[in-house]
Parts: sequence; structure tokens; C-alpha cells
Amino acid sequence: MKRGRKTNDANSSSSEETTEKESKRHKVLDKQTIAVQSPDWANLLQDIILQVFQYLPLLDRAHASQVCRSWNQVFHMPDLWRCFEFELNQPATSYLRATHPELIKQIIKRHSNHLQYVSFKVDSSKESAEAACDILSQLVNCSLKTLGLISTARPSFMDLPKSHFISALTVVFVNSKSLSSLKIDDTPVDDPSLKVLVANNSDTLKLLKMSSCPHVSPAGILCVADQCHGLRELALNYHLLSDELLLALSSEKHVRLEHLRIDVVSENPGQTQFHTIQKSSWDAFIKHSPKVNLVMYFFLYEEEFDPFFRYEIPVTHLYFGRSVSKDVLGRVGMTCPRLVELVVCANGLRPLDEELIRIAERCKYLSAVGLGECEVSCSAFVEFVKMCGGRLSQLSIMEEVLIPDQKYSLEQIHWEVSKHLGRVWFPDMMPTW
Amino acid sequence: LGALRWHFLLQSLEDLQKNLCQLGSCLLVIQGEYERVLRDHIQKWNITQVTLDAEMEPFYKEMEANIRRLGEELGFEVLSLVGHSLYDTKRILDLNGGTPPLTYKRFLHILSLLGDPEVPVRNLTAEDFQRCRPPDPGLAECYRVPLPVDLEIPLESLSPWRGGETEGLQRLEQHLTDQGWVTSFTKPRTIPNSLLPSTTGLSPYFSTGCLSVRTFFYRLSNIYAQAKHHSLPPVSLQGQLLWREFFYTVASATPNFTKMAGNPICLQINWYEDAERLHKWKTAQTGFPWIDAIMTQLRQEGWIHHLARHAVACFLTRGDLWISWEEGMKVFEELLLDADYSINAGNWMWLSASAFFHQYTRIFCPVRFGKRTDPEGQYIRKYLPVLKNFPSKYIYEPWTASE
Repeated sequence: MKRGRKTNDANSSSSEETTEKESKRHKVLDKQTIAVQSPDWANLLQDIILQVFQYLPLLDRAHASQVCRSWNQVFHMPDLWRCFEFELNQPATSYLRATHPELIKQIIKRHSNHLQYVSFKVDSSKESAEAACDILSQLVNCSLKTLGLISTARPSFMDLPKSHFISALTVVFVNSKSLSSLKIDDTPVDDPSLKVLVANNSDTLKLLKMSSCPHVSPAGILCVADQCHGLRELALNYHLLSDELLLALSSEKHVRLEHLRIDVVSENPGQTQFHTIQKSSWDAFIKHSPKVNLVMYFFLYEEEFDPFFRYEIPVTHLYFGRSVSKDVLGRVGMTCPRLVELVVCANGLRPLDEELIRIAERCKYLSAVGLGECEVSCSAFVEFVKMCGGRLSQLSIMEEVLIPDQKYSLEQIHWEVSKHLGRVWFPDMMPTW
Repeated sequence: LGALRWHFLLQSLEDLQKNLCQLGSCLLVIQGEYERVLRDHIQKWNITQVTLDAEMEPFYKEMEANIRRLGEELGFEVLSLVGHSLYDTKRILDLNGGTPPLTYKRFLHILSLLGDPEVPVRNLTAEDFQRCRPPDPGLAECYRVPLPVDLEIPLESLSPWRGGETEGLQRLEQHLTDQGWVTSFTKPRTIPNSLLPSTTGLSPYFSTGCLSVRTFFYRLSNIYAQAKHHSLPPVSLQGQLLWREFFYTVASATPNFTKMAGNPICLQINWYEDAERLHKWKTAQTGFPWIDAIMTQLRQEGWIHHLARHAVACFLTRGDLWISWEEGMKVFEELLLDADYSINAGNWMWLSASAFFHQYTRIFCPVRFGKRTDPEGQYIRKYLPVLKNFPSKYIYEPWTASE
């Protein structure tokens, strides 16, 4: 390299005596000479280095940044700091590595105003949640577009004093002003903080996931629906759902909703009373957003299903996380014409023959089914598959679900089902240990 | 290794010794680190050939490589043959583009391309040994099979499982006779009796090499061929063998297979560290009778039915305690007679939903699953005598019973 420079200098001193054309020729020659000598990594265009760095994981990038000043400059360019995932784990109790505290300090100091898409992965210890809040409070110059607070184990944000969490979160709400996507499941967020969110980000908010946020009330979420007309994806628990909410999401000013997820959860049998939603609210909802995915997760005890599936409901994805009775599954067949995916974890031990066949008849869009601890006779199952045909792109049935009968044995059923599906199919098998 | 496993191994070696003696040969057991042993004995005994089974575990793969190097250095031939598995797992990997199939369905497809495994070699006879010089009688005494007292373990094993090829073959015959259900083509539902120590169970005999998987495969194939209906591939009959092969194949091509860290197929999950709860699970003190009965049988006898394994593995990891599957794997390694590097780790990853994903993960309820399997709770009464007289209604959930 030095040699190259020397040649340049030598030429430029002599070029004063030669014609311009000649000097140009000399300069071109010099470049060629330089190219023939070893390539100069440090002179590589920063744009190119930036491109390469974007492919490297953070640790490798950090190592590369130690090579020379130019590469170090690229390492700190804003484009490389738009997305960041803070991993906060306590070494004493966690199997996973955490983001280095020094790096965190650097980011806050030099890059907080570059950050746009940020997530926090937090383990089950209170210290990690506190560390996350600490960082959030310092993101004052940040204009975040997405923020995700993710608990990788037991939700530790819930262990924090509520005010501590809220004040940290509010820093982001107030400073960002263009939040588009917000994931705050399992946190102590409350109604007033949602008001702050809305006051600053109502024009931009498109996605809000807040399942299992016990401090929010139906009024709190209603405020969001009323003001954030661009909201397209929403996830919440059933206790926040109300007729008013569905109507607000269906108002003329509101965009079409794409995805609504509702978790219906009961911690102890008989503890929670579940309110009912009017059929007219669902009708208005579906009229406004005819293509919406309505996803419902039920974690209820068998006796708590009374208020549900009494009239037509536009659910598309239905998951029963605990045991659900034959009776309820029968009602599902009658009331869920838009059903696309159905997963049943368990059921009492009577065969679900009639119920499945009814679902095949009435749920014309059903394309994915999963059955866990249930029982279905082989004949009924074949009938079910025959009626659904090739639209069943996902059929996950545990091997023990199928009961052989006079018409079909287990060995024959895989062949029959494959025939009707138009592809090779086997039930799901747990390994023989 | 726990005491029960040692007993099983010693019994297996005794049995091998006895069978070889009947053919005019004998078994010499040399204890020590393998390189040291080879160096000491190659010249002393004029050894020209060392044979071993082709291995898949990293430790034994390295051992084989070292022995080959020693062979070049000290001048002996090394012969390794596929013995543990039905197929040469390298061929399975090759047919799948160099990587192991990660779903059972894909695995079965690859096997269908390979055709049947090689037939087992014929049995040994006394003629085979006629040209061999029998070893000096003194040697047999010096290098006998170790006794329990030598290994400082209790003198007797209380497990109903006895090691050895003889016992294994007897069980094999009984197992095949019991396959009468094959001809009627109904899968046996899990009945309470099947949770009890099986008289026809074969898994520990495969894992210790007392029985050949290829022998079993072909015996089953013969039965199947004689049955009336031929509509289904014999997957369901030979399932136990094929699952074993599946895990062997994945393990052979996956680094750090028995760990979460550095294991490319394993989901990195933030398990809890909880020594107290792990201890309670291990020592059958969880308070869930179904779980505790299973862990009691495991400790006392060294074998539990595969559904029981599913139940306790799920309980420890994804289901209830959220403790790492590596901990559970270590406990099984110590206590299970048929503990096997590939199968143990593979199943633990499967049950903890760390790898081999289905579309939907299944969680076993520690109350309901047991109730389905054995509604009267006979299994619990047998292994948890304290609950012997408890009413069936509450035996799976004693906390629901009134005072």
C-alpha cells in the first residue's frame, strides 16, 4: 500500500512537467499497478462493507469492527442498528447467554436514536425484567416502530412493581410517536398507559398483542379501538372483549381488521364467569372485515363452556387447550361455518364420530385438523376425510385416536385416508421408547 | 450406571461366557483403559486382529479411530462391522442428501429405497472353533467376568429382568408367540398389565447387544408374511426397531446430540434450574401418584413401559416442572436397563418438544393420562403401597378426596 502511495507521489511530482493527457495516462497506470499489487481491504468502499456486515451476526460484526478505523466506522452506521433484540438472562439461573452489559451501554449511548425495531427477550427472573425496564427508560431519543416484550419462561414483568414498569413503557410511548407494532403480552400494562399510547401513536398503530394483561379493563382497550383506526391485528383475553369493542373495530373510520386473537382462560374451575357477546356484534364485525382471521384459544374446564357456541360465530381458528366435551364439539359443528383450523387437545372417552361428520358437513373451509387424546372410530374417520377431501392440507391425528372397527383396521385406514386426501398420510406417531 | 444396569451387564457377560464354553471357547474380560490394554496384550498374545461393532456415539467413534491408528502402529488388523443397527446408517444419510431424516415419515421413505436390511449371519457352532487354540485354563480364571463385589454394588439385583442372550432368546420366542394378535389385526390397547414388567419385553437385550435387531426383524417379517391380509407395510410390527434406527441415524450425524447447547436440531429453551423439584421427581415424591408410581417402578426394576416414559418425561419438561430434558436424560441413563445414547436423548428431545416437531405438541396430563390407561389404579397400588387402599375415584388426585 505504501508502495502504491509512493508511486503516486513520484508520478504527481513529474506530472507537472508532462502534458495533462500524459499525466492522466500515468494516473490510470498507477491505478492498474495498485490493483495488481495486494488488494487494500481498508480501502474497500464502506457501502460494500456495510452490505457484508448486514449478513454477519452481531458477534462477528463486533470482531470485524476491531480490524481498522474504517470498518469500525461502518460497524456504527445507523443502518446496522435499526433492529436489535436485547436478551436478558441471569447467568445464575439461565441456560442461555445474555446480551453483554457493555454492549447495552454502547447501544444506549451511541445508537438509541437509530433503533427502530426492538425486542426484549426476558427470562423468568425479576432482575431481567428490571434490566429491560431500565433500558426502556433510557430510550428517550428513540423513535421506535416496533417494540416487543417477550417472556421466554415464566412472565417476569408481572413480578415488577406496576408503576416501575408503566413509567418505563410510557417513555417509549411518548417518544416514539410512530409505533406501528406493539407486543406486551403478560405485562402489568394498564388503562392509563394505553391512553398515553393512543395519545401519541393513534395514527400509526397497526398491531397490538396484549394477551394476559390483567390490569387492563374493557374500557381501556375500547379507547384503543376508538382512536387507532389503522389497527389491523389485535390479541387479547376474553374478559376485554365487549360488544362496544367489536362495534368500534367495525366503525366506518376503522380499517378492515386482519387478525383478532382471543384467549379464553380459566385458572381454576368455576372461578370465572364469562360474559356473553351479542350475535349482532359479531355480525357487524364480520360485515366490516369479511376476510378477518378470528383465532380463539380456549383453556377452560369442561363445565365452563355454557356461554359459548350458542349461536353462529365467525371463528376461523379454534384451539381447545384442555379437555372439551362431546356436546361442545357438537355445538361447534352447528355454529362455526367459517372454521378453517380445529385442534382438540383432549376429550372424554366417547367417540366423536357424529361430531366430526357434522363439522365436515357444515365447515366447508376446514383445512387443518389436530386431534390429541380423543377417540374416533375408523369408519367415521374415513367418512370425515372423504367429505373434506383434498382441502384438508393438515391432518394431525395421534395414532391412539383411531379405533379399529369392523370395516377398517388401523393398517387399512392409512391407505383409505391417503386415497381420499390424494397424498400419502400416516397418523402422528409418538416414538416407541 | 446404576446398580441394576451393572447387574444386567454382568449377567449378560456370564451368559456369553457360558455359551462360548459350550462351544469350546471362552470369554476373557480384560479391565482397563482400552489403549493401555491393547498395548499390553497385542504382543503378549500375538493378536493379529481386533474386531468391533461400528459405533455411532462420538466417544466410541473416536475409540475406533484410535484403535485403527494403534493397529497401524502395532501391526494388527481392525475390522468393524455394522451390528447395532439394521442398516449401515451412512447409507441412510447418503440417500437423504447427507443429512439425517428428521421426521419418521421421511425416514420410512428412505428405508423403502434401501430395501430390506441384510440378513443376520448364521449361528456359531462348535466347528467354527475347532481350528482355534483354546486359551490356557489359568487365563480364564485371571480374566473372568467381574462379580458384583468387585464393582462394589449390592450382591443381588432385585429386578425381574435378567441379562444375557439365553434369556433374551427365550423372551423373543415368547414375544413372537404372543404376536397372535397380528393375524386378527387389532392393535392391543394399552391395558394395565402392559405397564407391569413385561415378560416379552426386549429393549434391554437390544441395547446391550444380547439380541440382534436383524434377527428380530426377520422373525417378525416371517410372521407377517404368513398372515392373511397384506395391505399394510409391517411398519407397525417392527415399529420398535424402526424408531430405534431413526434415532441412531439422527444421533450419528448430529453434533452434541445429548446436549441443548451446540445441538443444531435442538430448540434453545430457557428451562428452569430447580434442584429441589428435580430431586422430587427423581425420587418419586412429586405428589402425583401416577408420576410417582412410574418413577418408583423405574428405580426398583429398571424398566417402565414407553407410555410411562412419555408421562414422566413430559411432566419434567414441557408439562409441569419446566426442567431441562438433559436432567431427565441423565436420570434415565442411570436407572433404565435399556438406556441408550441415541434413543434416550432423542426421545427426551421429542417429549420436551425440543426437536422433531409435529404440527401440534402433545402434553400428557399427570392425572387424566393415567386414569385412561388404568382406571382402577392397580398400577399405582402396586408401586405405591401407601395408597393401596385408596378408593379408585381419588387415587389419581388424592388431594380431591375429603379429609
